[in-house]
Amino acid sequence: MSQSTVPAPAVAAASTRQGLGRYFLDNLRTNGILLAFGVVVVVFAAINSSFLSPANLTNLVLQYSYVLILAIGMLMVIVLAQIDLSVGSVIALTGAVAAVLVARQGFPWWVAVLGALLVGLLVGAWQGFWVAVVGIPGFIVSLGGMLIFRGLAQLTLNYISLGPFGGTYYKIANGFLNGLLGGHGRDVFTLVVFGLAAVGFAFAQWRSRQGQLKYGQEVAPLPVFIGQIVLVAVLAMAFAWQISTYRGLPVILILLAVLIMVYGLVMSKTAFGRHIYAIGGNVAAARLSGVKVKWVTFWCFVNMGFLSAVAGVVYSSRMNAAQPAAGNGFELDAIAACFIGGASTTGGIGRIGGAMVGGLIMAVMSNGMQLMGVSQGIQPVVKGGILLLAVAFDLFNKRRAAGGQ
Amino acid sequence: MLETDLAPLPSGRPPADGEVAAGPILEMRAITKRFPGVVALRDVNLTVSLGEIHAICGENGAGKSTLMKVLSGVHPAGSYEGQIVFDGHEARFHSINDSERLGIVIIHQELALSPFLSIAENIFLGNERLSQSRLIDWNRTNAEAAALMRRVGLHENPTTPINQIGVGKQQLVEIAKALSKEVKLLILDEPTAALNDTDSAHLLDLMRQLQAQGITCIMISHKLGEIMASADTTTVLRDGQTIETLDMSDPQATQERLIRGMVGRDLEARFPPRQAVIGREVLRVEDWTVHHPTQPGRVIVDHASLNVRAGEVVGIAGLMGAGRTELAMSLFGQSYGRDISGRVFKDGQEVELKTVADAIGHGLAYVSEDRKRYGLNLLATISDNITAAGLGKLMSKLGWINGNEQLKVAEEYRAKLNIRTPSVLYNVNKLSGGNQQKCVLSKWLFTGPDVLILDEPTRGIDVGAKFEIYSLINQLAAEGKAVIVISSELPEIIGLCDRVYTLSFGRITGQVSADQATQESLMERMTEEKETLR
Repeated sequence: MSQSTVPAPAVAAASTRQGLGRYFLDNLRTNGILLAFGVVVVVFAAINSSFLSPANLTNLVLQYSYVLILAIGMLMVIVLAQIDLSVGSVIALTGAVAAVLVARQGFPWWVAVLGALLVGLLVGAWQGFWVAVVGIPGFIVSLGGMLIFRGLAQLTLNYISLGPFGGTYYKIANGFLNGLLGGHGRDVFTLVVFGLAAVGFAFAQWRSRQGQLKYGQEVAPLPVFIGQIVLVAVLAMAFAWQISTYRGLPVILILLAVLIMVYGLVMSKTAFGRHIYAIGGNVAAARLSGVKVKWVTFWCFVNMGFLSAVAGVVYSSRMNAAQPAAGNGFELDAIAACFIGGASTTGGIGRIGGAMVGGLIMAVMSNGMQLMGVSQGIQPVVKGGILLLAVAFDLFNKRRAAGGQ
Repeated sequence: MLETDLAPLPSGRPPADGEVAAGPILEMRAITKRFPGVVALRDVNLTVSLGEIHAICGENGAGKSTLMKVLSGVHPAGSYEGQIVFDGHEARFHSINDSERLGIVIIHQELALSPFLSIAENIFLGNERLSQSRLIDWNRTNAEAAALMRRVGLHENPTTPINQIGVGKQQLVEIAKALSKEVKLLILDEPTAALNDTDSAHLLDLMRQLQAQGITCIMISHKLGEIMASADTTTVLRDGQTIETLDMSDPQATQERLIRGMVGRDLEARFPPRQAVIGREVLRVEDWTVHHPTQPGRVIVDHASLNVRAGEVVGIAGLMGAGRTELAMSLFGQSYGRDISGRVFKDGQEVELKTVADAIGHGLAYVSEDRKRYGLNLLATISDNITAAGLGKLMSKLGWINGNEQLKVAEEYRAKLNIRTPSVLYNVNKLSGGNQQKCVLSKWLFTGPDVLILDEPTRGIDVGAKFEIYSLINQLAAEGKAVIVISSELPEIIGLCDRVYTLSFGRITGQVSADQATQESLMERMTEEKETLR
């Protein structure tokens, strides 16, 4: 197709909308959640000076990584207009399988990881079968799964905690890439990795903007665009600066970054990802558009099982043991992260990035409250309140948008 | 707090001796309603006389629904400018409850019935018949429901669940429900949009009967034929303004005049002219038989055979329940029914269309009659919807979708089909019905089909957009595509098609060339029953 067909109206629209405030308001839904995150961080940093300390930031990453991993898969399931309540139990089961392989049978660490992932895939296929082929709602199937896999985890572990893993398996969630490039009390390798990531991010954003301009699309005003990139880069480098003085770059952070990138692309740029949105938005219309609804549903659940297993490995590694009660209630954290991050309760809407920020808001809240010594009972009350507020804000936003009709 | 302020005006009741209906029952004066950035109604005046059937017509987006929302209190007093005088009193409604208390009941296009509750329960929903002990008095509920049902001519058991009766009867339940609220002014929004001709005729009849009982009706409709036949007075709205109010007994009040008022221009003809150039056969269906998906043994499509050639527009005329949609959807990758038998030939080759993907792969496209349920993802953007069935065309070798290319495609279709929107990144639910329909058509055109099956392609869209869609159909045929149009509007079938199949009770009962077809001859074959065939 020739380039001369570039439509004029879109270009005109771009030039009529220059005000920064206007731009921000138009993107309130995306920006609102980031703003909320910023406020939470600033508030806790102000209350407690150790909140932004290198040790605490590192701890934050290690402590909540598995919820973020779960939230990736959960977001896909939620956009599909399903839900998976079994992920906490699957964490226990996959961790138990890994522990049996390493601690009881003496297999090397990678066998344990593969074993756990395989179990996760099987669990996902099991649930996917009931949801996609038989047609039972995911809520029911995973409610059953929650019980079944918790029981299987207990049986596998004989009702006791099994560990330690030690060695490489332990390092998955507790290891750091550190000192590869030297540095005096400040890990240069960490800074270099983050620097490269920031440059890569800026480059990718620039390329995407150029592509959009080439196609005559509306883009963010240049000052906003540059400001966004600078802001992201500064924040990332500040974070890197802090953690580089502690123990360097956590392995788990790399794993998480890779997962977020890969799944972000899957959701936005592959037919599979777009089909998930289409099914969640209107399953009948999707079916009549040639979307293989059963197939997509099945693989979403398989994927959820896989990511639960990844989280199970990370969690058992972090605890250096598999416990029968591991992962209890994690499904709720993951689901809450998605909804705080703007996913629709009826499916069809939601983004991985949003779910990650939603998860981070909860992580920061928990961590901050722990630092402050807030009592155990208060924390879930606050979390629950945040969830309600976030969804209420989202509804308010939708009504505001609909009011223009 | 008293929510309805009643000004002390003299009673507006008509003289009891039944002389010529005296004053107006409703006057809406200089109503202006603004939404952020848009003026939806500008200085609209509407006067409805007691006991008349008053039609309101206008293109989609003309402000008909907004006007009715103002009247019924959905848009509360204070959110608009102007004055409403109902039954001689100035009315300031703050909610639907306020207007219903005074006897204004609105029946929306999308019926608001609870599917698993009985007819009687639905009639008294929110208005339950209670016994002394404040529990539901079932005998009274069912007896009173039966009385109301008799008044609207609904012959069903009051305890039948709503989902077991058809749309036409559900509409009657809505009216019975309105009667139970002692309605004085009944507002019907597109009452016959989802009804077949028999049910429509019954409904219009019923409106006449209600009129005789002193109930005033406001009818919002796209169907000008209905307005001509039923309305006493018609108000035409365009772009949020009153264009004119016509007394329908005046010989000047013609269908052409209504159209002119609605679109602000003369439509030369309702159907654009076309020179058919018909080529080779593209699709042939032989002995197509489909059974009901959940009731084994019930035949829905019965040994139907048909064909369509390149450049040809073929109509399938049938009443609701004749199996039109079922025939189309079963052909389209077995999206409906079970135990499907018969043969399909595409370009002379026999093909198997087991899944929707097969059907799309063989160049079929199916535009559903219900675009909101089966055509669109209302949560997604126009661009996402247009490319939903053809994502494969936007993928790189590695399987990545090119988002820029996607927008370019969407822009092309926006321009080609004249989809009126500021941006293809807008959500599709912000569009009017006609523009949504163009999005669905775009989606299917993007798959590059050879055969387009259009199921009620102009349902619920306004006159101007209809004309655009007819032109598009002509253009597609001129490009050599084979087009099948399913419609229950016979003028549309006759005006648009080259050849017409009639479908009755799942059987093809005839095939006529459109230039020989008359509405009467088609209707006769559409109602031909099985027994007479044997």
